[in-house]
Amino acid sequence: MTPLVWAVAGFGATVVLTLLLTGAQGIGITRMSLPYLLGTMFTPDRDRAKLLGVLVHLVNGWIFSLVYFGVFAVVGRATLPLGALVGAVHGIFVAAVGLPLLPAFHPRVARPHAGPTAERRLEPPGFFGENYGWSTGAVIVLAHVVFGTLLAVGASLVR
Amino acid sequence: MVGDGRSAALVDRAGAVTWLAWPGFDSPPICAAILDAERGGALRVAPAGRSSAGRAYLDGTNVLVTRFETGRGALRVIDFMALAGEKELRRRSYPEHELLRIAECADGEVEVEIEADLRPDFGAARRSLRDGGVLGLRLERGRELVTLRASVPLALGPDGVPRGRALLRAGESLVVSLAYDREAPAVLPPLEEAGEALRRTTRAWREVAGRVSYAGPWRDEVIRSVLTLELLSDAPTGAIVAAPTTSLPERPGGALNWDYRYCWLRDAALTVRALYGAGATQAAEPFIAWLLHTTRLTRPALRVLYDVYGRSPPRERIVPHLGGHRGAWPVRRGNAAARQEQLDVYGEVVDAVAQSIRRGGLVLDRDTQAMLRGFGEVVCRRWLVPDAGIWEPREPPRLRTHSLVLGWVALTRLLELHARGAIDVPVARFESERAAIRRLVDDRGFDAGQGCWIANLGGHEVDAALLLLGWYGYDDPRSPRMRGTWRRIQERLSPAPGLLYRNERSREDGEGTFGLCSAWAVEHLARGGGSVEEAVAWLEGLLARANDVGLFAEEIDPRTGAALGNFPQAYTHVGVLNAVLTVDERVREERRRGRAAAEASP
Repeated sequence: MTPLVWAVAGFGATVVLTLLLTGAQGIGITRMSLPYLLGTMFTPDRDRAKLLGVLVHLVNGWIFSLVYFGVFAVVGRATLPLGALVGAVHGIFVAAVGLPLLPAFHPRVARPHAGPTAERRLEPPGFFGENYGWSTGAVIVLAHVVFGTLLAVGASLVR
Repeated sequence: MVGDGRSAALVDRAGAVTWLAWPGFDSPPICAAILDAERGGALRVAPAGRSSAGRAYLDGTNVLVTRFETGRGALRVIDFMALAGEKELRRRSYPEHELLRIAECADGEVEVEIEADLRPDFGAARRSLRDGGVLGLRLERGRELVTLRASVPLALGPDGVPRGRALLRAGESLVVSLAYDREAPAVLPPLEEAGEALRRTTRAWREVAGRVSYAGPWRDEVIRSVLTLELLSDAPTGAIVAAPTTSLPERPGGALNWDYRYCWLRDAALTVRALYGAGATQAAEPFIAWLLHTTRLTRPALRVLYDVYGRSPPRERIVPHLGGHRGAWPVRRGNAAARQEQLDVYGEVVDAVAQSIRRGGLVLDRDTQAMLRGFGEVVCRRWLVPDAGIWEPREPPRLRTHSLVLGWVALTRLLELHARGAIDVPVARFESERAAIRRLVDDRGFDAGQGCWIANLGGHEVDAALLLLGWYGYDDPRSPRMRGTWRRIQERLSPAPGLLYRNERSREDGEGTFGLCSAWAVEHLARGGGSVEEAVAWLEGLLARANDVGLFAEEIDPRTGAALGNFPQAYTHVGVLNAVLTVDERVREERRRGRAAAEASP
């Protein structure tokens, strides 16, 4: 893998991941606005939060794609099923562990047992993002499966 | 009515929110008990058992306070939708919409009942409230989340309706919050912030009221009308909806039930004049901007009505499962009048723009100039085509005096703007078509036998809209023709001083009298069609028909004084503003004349 492949494939796959997540919100499969959720870590202003959130997600995705490429390197191949599998594991981890833990590191998300306060007034996502709509977890996992598959495509093209 | 400049709710005298539509004015309602007490849904916060109630808005605001008296104490329920300005939005997150209901025991002790029978989509959707614990009771539908929280416990009953009870003693209070968000994470402001939200909202409305420049004897009524128009304005777009409701009947128990949650271009000129005249520039300028943006979407043709985004309203449909307000079936959503042809809208739009230019509030870019010129061309091509007219009857089109006069107005204003150098128009063509319209209207729109203008060319009936001929400058209110018209209108359309039916057919059909028409009568009298005393008497007669908090529906039942039709109605309040301003001008003019005469006398 060259830095150029990582940069292009990582960026491209992250853009697609972001589009899938925002598209799912747009057509009503989930209420989760990932840019808003991420951006409110830095500002309560709804519009600014969304802008910041998109940037944060792009950088995050880029960094995470390094982990995917690391897995491909360790296993010694970059097939589509492997990319999908890594994506699925990543997605399940985000939905099952990352989202429930969000109140621990997001300064504006309410703690599930304490309820909203003056500073923490955003609803917490819950397990698999259930508070943001029952399909939220499935959307996250599927979007990450696509993310992993695209990275595998990118990695395999240069082999 | 309470609202946040993007949506509105109605609260009845029994403490129930009987109409609430989110996220926009024309969205399917969550509460619609006003259209069906059993199946519509309501959010009630009121004393348990018997009580009497009185209501008022907090001074200079759209915060509604209902005071209930029971045998053992008094309860104040304060209702409002929370407002947040740009500064606050940068500092904190707020829900898209939040309705707050604060119940305070003012005296003795009062047992308060809360019942939240929320029924989305006109009561058609399944009620599926989920208990989210500290996150409140959650109603999720697709992209939408409505969260109900209260500072006292609410329990979901076997029927799926949350209920709660609390005994409040003097000085104690409780809060009920209903919040709406379309994206997650939803924002849930702590209930302890309700007091701060009330102060913030009160301050914001008082800033609006404080900008009203009118300082005459009807200042309270002017402020209430401006605040009501602000509630009916869609803040993001500047559009003004005719009313926040659908299907409140124009005839008790009848089928004249229409969806008014859209924006009519008709009355645009009157609206602009009212807002500028009252000093409500903050609403007038966005309205003009909306008018120009919206009309650009369908140029050069104009539709009769649009939604707040300038789109055509949805197809008119009947909501079959709601029984209607006091049995007045059907309940309709969408409005078929959107497909009608009305020549008067061209005159209204051009006149509104001309007013804004005269006040220096608008400079026309080349594209807008071309668009306005296009409206003039449409008038030249189509003024001889029969239309539906101002009252949108569901009948074959006809050649109507009011519509033709508004075509004349469009061409006259465009020629005026040309003379001012604001726009370039084909002067000879516009002048010749304008003269042709005038010839036809003067020949066939006036009934020499009756000595009055008539509603339809070649007909015999009068129409209250003919009183506007003076307002638009087509005829002088002092002229024998206008005086004759006023006489006939009084004879045939006025059941009592201060009240007018819109036309003879509406009287025969058992509709109520039209609030806006009474306002036109006041203006006609104040502009010289009558004496100051007559104008003031008609104005007072109209103002006396407002409801307990100063709001007007579209129509007034002449026998009972009850409000009829959709409520509250923007154009009635526009009429009230214009009527007050015109009477005020006339009074001041008379005083000036009186002083001048006194100074001139030896």
